[in-house]
Amino acid sequence: MTAAKGSAERTPSAARSPFVYRPTASPEEAARWEPRRILITNVRSIAGRAYPRLIGLRREPSWILFEILLPFLTTSAFVFVYRALQSPPEYIGFVVLGGAMTAFWMNVMWMMAAQLYWEKDQGNLERYFTAPMSMMAILLGMAIGGLLMSTFRAGIVLLVGTIVYGVVFSVDQWFLLLGVFVLFLTALYGLGMMLATLFVLWGREAWHLTQIMAEPVYFVSGLNFPVARLGLFGAAALGTIPLAVGLDAIRQLAFAGSTNTGSFISPEGEALLLVAMTIVFIGLARYLLRIIERLARQDGKLITRTS
Amino acid sequence: MPVSPTPLHSAAALAIDARNVGRVYKAKPNPIVALDGIDLTVRPGELFGLLGPNGAGKTTLIKILTTLLLPSSGTASVFGFDVERQTSQIRRIMNIVSGGEQSGYGLLQVREQLWMFSQFYGLGVREGWRRVDELIDLVGLQEQRVQKVSQLSTGQRQKLNFARGLLNDPWIFFLDEPTLGLDVSAARATRELTLAWQAAVPGRTILLTSHYMAEVDEMCDRLAIVDRGRILAIGTPAELKHRVQSESIFRLELDRLDRGVGALARLPGVISAASVAGNDNGADGERNTILVKLVLVDDGALGPVVSALAGLDAHIVSLQKSEPSLEDVFVELVGRGFEDDLTVHQNGTGLRSAGSRPADEESVAEELAGRSR
Ligand SMILES: Nc1ncnc2c1ncn2[C@@H]1O[C@H](COP(=O)(O)OP(=O)(O)OP(=O)(O)O)[C@@H](O)[C@H]1O
Ligand SMILES: [Mg+2]
Repeated sequence: MTAAKGSAERTPSAARSPFVYRPTASPEEAARWEPRRILITNVRSIAGRAYPRLIGLRREPSWILFEILLPFLTTSAFVFVYRALQSPPEYIGFVVLGGAMTAFWMNVMWMMAAQLYWEKDQGNLERYFTAPMSMMAILLGMAIGGLLMSTFRAGIVLLVGTIVYGVVFSVDQWFLLLGVFVLFLTALYGLGMMLATLFVLWGREAWHLTQIMAEPVYFVSGLNFPVARLGLFGAAALGTIPLAVGLDAIRQLAFAGSTNTGSFISPEGEALLLVAMTIVFIGLARYLLRIIERLARQDGKLITRTS
Repeated sequence: MPVSPTPLHSAAALAIDARNVGRVYKAKPNPIVALDGIDLTVRPGELFGLLGPNGAGKTTLIKILTTLLLPSSGTASVFGFDVERQTSQIRRIMNIVSGGEQSGYGLLQVREQLWMFSQFYGLGVREGWRRVDELIDLVGLQEQRVQKVSQLSTGQRQKLNFARGLLNDPWIFFLDEPTLGLDVSAARATRELTLAWQAAVPGRTILLTSHYMAEVDEMCDRLAIVDRGRILAIGTPAELKHRVQSESIFRLELDRLDRGVGALARLPGVISAASVAGNDNGADGERNTILVKLVLVDDGALGPVVSALAGLDAHIVSLQKSEPSLEDVFVELVGRGFEDDLTVHQNGTGLRSAGSRPADEESVAEELAGRSR
C-alpha cells in the first residue's frame, strides 16, 4: 500500500529492486500492524478468496450438469407427480423454488463445509495459516464467492422451471421477500462456515457425516413439498436448518394468499429466526476457529504430510 | 541494495531461538518422537541449513517455527516472537516455500493465483497486479503468465511457489527442500535467486532444509546435522568438515605396485594405505592402474611416500587430495550413510562434480573401521 509508494517516492532516482518491496527497518517494525492495516488485509483477503470461485464459474462448465441440470431433473420428476395427483397449482411452484434453492444447499455442503478438507490436502490450509489474515476472512471469502456463484445458478433453474412449467408467482411484499432471501443466504452460509471449521478438525469423519446427512436434510427441508407437512420433524427442521426456514418463508411470500404452504410461522417470524441463525452460526464459526486453530496445531491437523 | 537499514531495534532478538523443542505425533501403534530436545539459535542475516535423512524432523521443526504446529515441549521464537502465542506477528514477517508444494487452485492462471495470494498479504488490488507481474519477471515465468496453474511443469510450479513466497518481503524465509525434483539448471536458478534476495537487505534470514549435501555446503553460513529428532552437530560447513579430518587423505593412482600396498603402509607418517576399487569410468577405458588411498598424519608425510615409490619402481599417474564432504561428516556422526538419499547424482550436480565424491564416503568408513581396530 502506502509503504511501497512512499519508498518509491523517497528514492525516485534509484530503480526499485524487485527484491525490496516494502522496506522496513526491522522485523519488529514489520510485525507491528495498525488496526486499520489488519482490517484492510482481512477485507482484501475476503475478495482474494472469493476470486477463484468467480473464475471457476467462467472456467468450469461441469457445474452446468451438477448444479443446474440435476436439480432441474429432480424438480421435473416431482412436477409430474404433482400434476398426476392433480395437486393445487402452487405445489408446482413450490417444487421449482425448492429446485432452485438446492443449488445453494449443494454449494454450502460441498464447496463450503467439505472444502477445507480438500484445501488441507492441497496444502492450502498451511498457506492460509501462515499468512497474516484471519481465517475468518478466508471463510467469508469462500462463502461470498460461493453465494454469488450459486445465486447465478439458482437464478437459471428458477427461470427455466418457471417458463417450462408455467409457474405463476404472486408477490405482495417484495422487500420482505428480498430480505428473507438475503437472510436465508447469510444463515445458510454461516452454517457452512461453521461446518467448515469442524472439517479442519474431523476431516474424513466429517466428510462421511455430510454424505450420510445429505439426503435426510433434503427431505426434512421440504425441497419438494411444504415442510409443514412433516409435522414435528418439519418443526424441528425449521428450528435448525436454514434451508427449511428460508424455503418456507420464501414460499409464503412468493405465493401470497396460498393456504397450501401449511406454514405455522409467519414470514416475519421466520425472518427473525434466520437472523438468529446467522448470528449463532457465524458466532460459532468464530468461536470454533479460535479453539480449533489451537487444537489443530496441537494435533498436527493443519499440516499436510508430504513425505 | 537500495535500502540503508537502520540497525535492528532490539539487537538481542535472534532470528530463531529454539530451546529444548520436542514434538511428539500421535500415531497408531506408538507415538512418534519427531523432535527430541532441539536447541538452535540462528542470527539475523544468516542462511542456516538443516541437513538430515528422511524422517529426521526437519519439516517438523519448520512447521513449529512457521506456527502450524505446537511444540510438545520447549519454547521457540522467531525474531523474538513466541511461536505459540505471537502467531500474528510471525505470520506478518515470514514466508515459506516447500518442495513439491501444490498450493492454490489449478484452474487459476499463474497471474491470478499470485494475485489471490497478494490479497492475503493486504496488497491493494492494482498494487497486487503490479507486484505479481514484477515477481513473474523475477522468477522467469513470463511465458507462463496466463497459463493455468494445473498445467505447469515441476520447475515452473516451483518458480510460482517462490514468487508467492516473496510477495510480502519476508524477513525470514523458510525453505523446505526448495529444489526437490528440479533439474540442474532450475535448481541453480533457485539457489541464485535465493541468495540474491537475501543479499538485498541485511538481516534477511533463511532456514533451509535439504537432502542435497552440496547445496547445503555451498549455500549455508552454518548448518545443523539432524537425525532422529536431535541435533548432532552445528557449525559452518568448513568447521564440520574439519572435524572429520585431522589427517590428510590422498588418492594415488600408480601404474604398478608390485609389492602391494603393504609396502606403503609401513612408511613413516603413513597411517594407512589401502587399494581402492578402480574408477569404473568407462571413458577412461580399461587402464591398468592401481588406485591407492593414503591416509597420512599430515601433508608433509607425502614427500617420503613419493621418494619411496621411486624405489619401488612405481610411477605416479595421478595424485589427488581428497577433501571431506558433508556426507563424510554425516557418516561419522550418524554412523550410517545417506544412501537412500543420494539424489545428489540427479540433482545437485550443478554445484560441484558429484563424481568427486565417491571415494570420500568409503574413505571415512574405512578410516573409522581402521581406528577402532
Ligand atoms: N503429521 C504427522 N503425523 C504423524 N507423524 C508424523 C507427521 N509428520 C511427520 N511425522 C513423523 O515425524 C518424523 C519426522 O518427520 P519430518 O517430516 O519432520 O522429517 P523430515 O526430516 O522433514 O524428513 P524428510 O527428509 O523425509 O522430509 C517422521 O518419523 C515422520 O514419520
Ligand atoms: Mg521434510
